[in-house]
Amino acid sequence: MAQVSLRRLVKEYEGGVQAVKGIDLEIADHEFVVLVGPSGCGKSTTLRMIAGLEDITGGEISIGGTVVNDIPPRDRDIAMVFQNYALYPHMTVFDNMAFGLVLRKFRKEEIQRRVMEAARILDITQLLDRKPRALSGGQRQRVAMGRAIVRDPKVFLFDEPLSNLDAKLRVQMRTEIKKVVQTVRTTTVYVTHDQVEAMTLADRVVVMNGGIIEQVGPPQELYHRPATRFVAGFIGSPAMNFIPARVEPASGALNLRLPGDILLPIPPERSDRYRSQGGREVLLGIRPEHLTETRQGRATYADLEVVPEVIEPMGMETLVHFHMEGTRDLCARLDPTIPAAPGQPLRLTADLANMHLVDPQSGKVL
Amino acid sequence: MSATAAPRAAHGIFHKAGSLRAERRWALWSAYVSLIIAAIVMLAPPFYMLITALKTSAEIADLGGNPWIVRSPTLENFAAILGNEMFRGFFWNSIQVTVLVVIVTMLISVPAAFALSRMRFWGSQWLATGVFLTYLVPDTLLFIPLYQIVGGLGLLNSTWGLVLVYPTLTVPFCTWIMIGYFASIPKELDEAALIDGAGWLQMLWRIFIPVALPGIIAATIFAFTVSWAAFVYPTAFITRPDEMPLTIGVVSQLIRGDTFAWGQLMAGALLAALPPVVVYAFLMDYYVAGLTAGATKG
Repeated sequence: MAQVSLRRLVKEYEGGVQAVKGIDLEIADHEFVVLVGPSGCGKSTTLRMIAGLEDITGGEISIGGTVVNDIPPRDRDIAMVFQNYALYPHMTVFDNMAFGLVLRKFRKEEIQRRVMEAARILDITQLLDRKPRALSGGQRQRVAMGRAIVRDPKVFLFDEPLSNLDAKLRVQMRTEIKKVVQTVRTTTVYVTHDQVEAMTLADRVVVMNGGIIEQVGPPQELYHRPATRFVAGFIGSPAMNFIPARVEPASGALNLRLPGDILLPIPPERSDRYRSQGGREVLLGIRPEHLTETRQGRATYADLEVVPEVIEPMGMETLVHFHMEGTRDLCARLDPTIPAAPGQPLRLTADLANMHLVDPQSGKVL
Repeated sequence: MSATAAPRAAHGIFHKAGSLRAERRWALWSAYVSLIIAAIVMLAPPFYMLITALKTSAEIADLGGNPWIVRSPTLENFAAILGNEMFRGFFWNSIQVTVLVVIVTMLISVPAAFALSRMRFWGSQWLATGVFLTYLVPDTLLFIPLYQIVGGLGLLNSTWGLVLVYPTLTVPFCTWIMIGYFASIPKELDEAALIDGAGWLQMLWRIFIPVALPGIIAATIFAFTVSWAAFVYPTAFITRPDEMPLTIGVVSQLIRGDTFAWGQLMAGALLAALPPVVVYAFLMDYYVAGLTAGATKG
């Protein structure tokens, strides 16, 4: 059993800067949890505290039921994969992978067996005699993972392992990591700033911002039911659009008044939820994929006219950027067959069944 | 219009390229000339030592003729100096002292540099600066108090006294070089080792020393050169010929009264200069890599 528990975890640096402000998190056995957030949000610090590479200012970390606050990294039974691989440059791939086992005084045959098994899983058997400098970035990352796997630890920790790879290799290695972790079934904590990585890898995603946890949940939940404006804006690419709006009651129904006197009817099934917001200023949050070419058929569809500023044809879709009064860049995701040109007025449909209303003061999704 | 404009443009480009080439040629010429002058200035003394060592005593004493030309070359000076038991004793003393000093220096400065660069503890920054500041104190200032200490320990006139005091010159600089080199090793490497289960000593022995080998070799060469060429300390602390290293032995013992055996002196000096030359020739690449580590590694 290797669940990881963080309880009221605090990290304060000299000078009183709090990198982590009392977070609580329970990670189940065999779970793949991704900590994601912008730089400086405290995700790497949290991971390093789990690893024992950073002292804990307050709170408690336990791994497999044992409080590890004062236990050194080597006795925590964890393995870590670093962003820059951190391979020992003077050792061969085999020795790099065997190093942890040698230090733990494993028998020679056992070391041989484990390294060969990890090399087979990672498909690096043919590289075992090479030094790290003779490997490509992707191969180095595999060796770094191999070094973690051979130890058969309670917990894997990944610190932005794909950030040094080019875009294509990153996608490939992402799949590899998922495959490997599924094979070895070990509790994993993975840190990244890339929300796509977080969404594709995680059983649960932990969105962090400014040293606190904004929301924890499965990827789909974070995507469809964000709890805060930060999560709504952070998860999803291109990011969610936010448009200032006012909730206006109108003979039993509710409308949203957007800048430029655009009036969108709030779908009846959402009306009850927002009735108490009548007359209030809110932010309408809507994802680019719910702002599409004009469609008919659903009661939740509402039209608005925009003037595109930039068109980005992506092949399978076209992104149209425009702005409205009081907003910054807004984006709509269109079928690539729709003719759109900068400066030419375009009618879009907003699918309000998928909208979110955000309290501009608290940042909470209403 | 365009027909006339084109050749003019082409001419302009040609002119610019030509001036660039001329600038480059000028830079090359000035580099060569200054390097040749520097080489002549630096190499003239050893060259004069060599030709003097190859001359007979009579030829050296003869004031007629060009002193830069050897008329009847001979190896008798080399044979005489190598046959001189005293000289061989000096050589042996120098080797002993140097080897011991290099070992002592490395045993102190490598762990010290590792601790100062990696184990963050209270005052480590100040200590690192302090180590460097001690290097700035010249030996001409230190030898009087050190004389008292060495004398108090009863190590005057003993090579062990030199083994004790030379590290005051070598350890600070070597520690400083090693701090720079260790600092260029990514921090994740020790973190990976910590997680892999290494203690501080294992990390130093299995990771840092092999990875920092060029830096260690650079520091070794420095310690070797300093202790091989040390002059002030042995002059102050050693007066017995059988304990003298080469640097002072050659000048103090091979001169009989006011008779300077120039040929033998020069042959002795050349032989004394040989070990550092050999060491540099073999390890130059490591030396340069070690000294420039901080500058070139990202």
